[in-house]
Amino acid sequence: MSAVNKAKLDMQSFIELEGSKSMLKFITCGSVDDGKSTLIGRLLYDSQLLYEDQLEELKRDSKGRLSTEEDIDFSLLVDGLAAEREQGITIDVAYRFFSTSRRKFIVADTPGHEQYTRNMATGASTAEAAVLLIDARLGVSTQTRRHAYILSLVGVKHIVLAVNKIDLMDYSRQLFEDICKAFESFSRELGFNSVYAIPISALKGDNITKRSERMPWYSGQPLLTYLENLDPQREDSKKFRYAVQRVTRPNLDFRGYAGTVVGGEIAVGDEIMVAASLKRSRVRSIVTMDGNLPRAIRGDAVTLTLEDEIDISQGDVLHRPGEPLERSNQFQAHLIWMHEDPMLPERSYLMKIGTQTTPVQITDLKYAVNINTSEHLPATKVDLNGIAVCNFATAQPIAFDAYADNPETGSFILIDRISNNTVGAGMIDFGLHRGQNLSWQSFEINRETRARMKSQKPMVIWFTGLSASGKSSIADIVEQKLAAQNRHTYLLDGDNFRHGLNKDLGFTDADRVENIRRVAEVARLMADSGLIVMTAFISPFRRERRMAREIVGDIDFIEVFVDTPLEVCEARDPKGMYARARKGEIPNFTGISSPYEPPERADIHLEAGVRSAEELADEVLRMLQID
Amino acid sequence: MSPASHVHLQRLEAESIRILRQVATDFERPVLLYSVGKDSSVLLHLAMKAFYPAKPPFPLLHVDTTWKFKEMIAFRDDTAKRLGLELIVHTNPEGLAANTNPFTHGSSRYTDIMKTEALRQALDAGKYDAAIGGARRDEEKSRAKERIFSHRAKGHVWDPKNQRPELWSLYNTRINPGESMRVFPLSNWTETDIWAYIYMQDIPMPDLYLAAERPVVERDGALFMLDDERFPLQEGEQPQMRSVRFRTLGCYPLTAAIESSASTLAEVIIEMRSTRSSERAGRLIDKDQSASMEKKKKEGYF
Ligand SMILES: Nc1nc2c(ncn2[C@@H]2O[C@H](COP(=O)(O)OP(=O)(O)O)[C@@H](O)[C@H]2O)c(=O)[nH]1
Repeated sequence: MSAVNKAKLDMQSFIELEGSKSMLKFITCGSVDDGKSTLIGRLLYDSQLLYEDQLEELKRDSKGRLSTEEDIDFSLLVDGLAAEREQGITIDVAYRFFSTSRRKFIVADTPGHEQYTRNMATGASTAEAAVLLIDARLGVSTQTRRHAYILSLVGVKHIVLAVNKIDLMDYSRQLFEDICKAFESFSRELGFNSVYAIPISALKGDNITKRSERMPWYSGQPLLTYLENLDPQREDSKKFRYAVQRVTRPNLDFRGYAGTVVGGEIAVGDEIMVAASLKRSRVRSIVTMDGNLPRAIRGDAVTLTLEDEIDISQGDVLHRPGEPLERSNQFQAHLIWMHEDPMLPERSYLMKIGTQTTPVQITDLKYAVNINTSEHLPATKVDLNGIAVCNFATAQPIAFDAYADNPETGSFILIDRISNNTVGAGMIDFGLHRGQNLSWQSFEINRETRARMKSQKPMVIWFTGLSASGKSSIADIVEQKLAAQNRHTYLLDGDNFRHGLNKDLGFTDADRVENIRRVAEVARLMADSGLIVMTAFISPFRRERRMAREIVGDIDFIEVFVDTPLEVCEARDPKGMYARARKGEIPNFTGISSPYEPPERADIHLEAGVRSAEELADEVLRMLQID
Repeated sequence: MSPASHVHLQRLEAESIRILRQVATDFERPVLLYSVGKDSSVLLHLAMKAFYPAKPPFPLLHVDTTWKFKEMIAFRDDTAKRLGLELIVHTNPEGLAANTNPFTHGSSRYTDIMKTEALRQALDAGKYDAAIGGARRDEEKSRAKERIFSHRAKGHVWDPKNQRPELWSLYNTRINPGESMRVFPLSNWTETDIWAYIYMQDIPMPDLYLAAERPVVERDGALFMLDDERFPLQEGEQPQMRSVRFRTLGCYPLTAAIESSASTLAEVIIEMRSTRSSERAGRLIDKDQSASMEKKKKEGYF
């Protein structure tokens, strides 16, 4: 046979093999030193997935930090980052890949130490099964309970109980069976679909790829065989759910909805409904680049076209008419907190659910859960790695399912509005409806809430200086630049005051004071609503400016002195005011016939005679350090 | 692909498509880093699928070090033309002016200037807020922990200790002004998956992946192709014709060839399945220290 033909034949079998493979994502959990890393390394090694150069590197790295008598420290294979390797610990979630002739495996490795809950929940969220390690010497421990609880919370349904280091306990059958019993007795309520226990030694390779001769009493499957055959079925709802990601409109003749089937299945001709609008239509075609499909099933990323032109946009969820999602602006959920800053109920966060993002507030922290004992505890905040049950309220109603019915439509993350960090992960228990007295409106909205919604710190930036010194021009550029950074701003100046709110005021001393008082009050209200407010008034007197600062109160007040020499202002004289004042036509004109009291300690002092307004605006922004 | 077979590749494909669409929806100025190699080719193919029948709503960006294989450049231009996509090519102008090359500057400084720095320049110039790349988690240890949506602070800095947790398919795509995101839709693919997918989807690839008689020189036990006259030969080095192919494609003076007679994709895949060295072994960047990739990545390398 020619080489080419042989390759074709081999290729055929390769493609058939690859084609017949399924994929299993699983997570390994265990406490520090239970042997997780060793186990994963062993699986990679035994499934022959290590290349020679990787093995070489491993052997090289193993020298000098090896605590066992073996040549190879398998745990090094999975400890990814340099800092961690130096400290001998792993700190995050790492994904590992190996594959056998039957399956491709993706392993989430979540190391055991203080940020464990967060990392484990992250790894578990995409896992179809879990290998839960128990150190045979320690048996079922507090940690085991914690791991099992988190797995159950995140909805992992298939558990492999790997009783490791059995070599250190004389491969004892009794011990193994006692551990199994202990685990069974408390895991019964956790809602797992399957629990399979295997006595192993990750270090020595017992019961990993083949049944160990050292444990003839064990008649079950070795770990890898079991994982190869495990059926990761879940009892999720079979209801059709379609998350719309984009509206595809390449030309006027085509309008499609690109998205993913996140539940059930759909066929051409089936009737669908939009969860938010309750509009109906039928599926005209299921489009992919490889050709149209007659049907699409859960997990497929396709593009749907419909019989009717109805309004659908990114974030919408489609379902069948008889199988609606829940729709409410309130729901109860389990929350896992993932950030150093604690969750405070009065805060507003962004919630990402499916393909939509919406503001959300925690209206009631019902209780926290002690993950070691599953006990409910009263709480006023949730710290990093804490788990709590809370009621949530969104600004607009959203469509969702209970997490237990469909993790895709029942899970959400919380995002901090200022840092944009992911701070929490939630699993919806059920929707809350009318009469449950927990409405968004009844919740106190304060300055902080409003500021967080705008992702900014409100303040009043008070520009003071002579007429024609450049206050308005600089403030104008500052405002434009802030707006370009998505800041919400407002500029108060003579134009929008003298003709409106203050049109009853003249230029007497009393009127000038009243003018500034009103400006300061309005500035305070606007800043209280979350805005960055700029004012551009001559405000020549120190006493008035102090009054303004007092009115603004606990909001940041930044006095910007636009220090342009009088000669320069007079030379500019855009409206001919200085000329008229010199002629005595305008009484009490600041700088000419009325004093200007320069600030003694302005927060920002702009030497403004020669530099451009643009440069000065940049200096203000730099001093403000808003971004 | 038919729904019944190729279950795992189909799952991977769907996941990647979903990610690509998310980028297009959530970012104002995404860009796809196209490096001409096999992973980029798969990435591009998936991007074509994700938005079909529309075109991907982002341009391709290639950082050209001027030391790429000639054939890569031709293939790149053909591909962009064939698919009707905008292609942006960037070379670090200072690096070019200083004639930065892998021979006199050393591979590590050269990579810093012509790749890492050039990439930063290109991303800044285009004000791109999301850069889509073809990296896979199975490639290398520090990649194993990388998020699919990997946040970069100002200056493209990656902080591996401070990554956002990534749960379910709920990617947090929010960034503050000046920050950006690197997105890796192929995170969960392995090298085998890539080859199987290329074969099944018949994705066009540069011929450099296939064995052919090519002029090479042996240096430090590795074979380098003399792609043009700029490769300075050392004492005693003799150019010779050998049947070689490449496992990864990069800058020709830094990409070792392997001897092979596999001249069809099928043969390459079969050969690859029986080899015992990982693909990065052919890339000099990793040789110095096994943590070098992580260091590069913190500085903004892909
Ligand atoms: N005797 C024995 N030692 C083991 C076994 N599994 C792991 N170890 C050792 O336990 C220690 C911790 O293992 P490691 O894999 O780093 O634990 P991790 O923290 O869970 O990743 C190392 O010294 C291993 O060599 C086992 O099955 N038997």
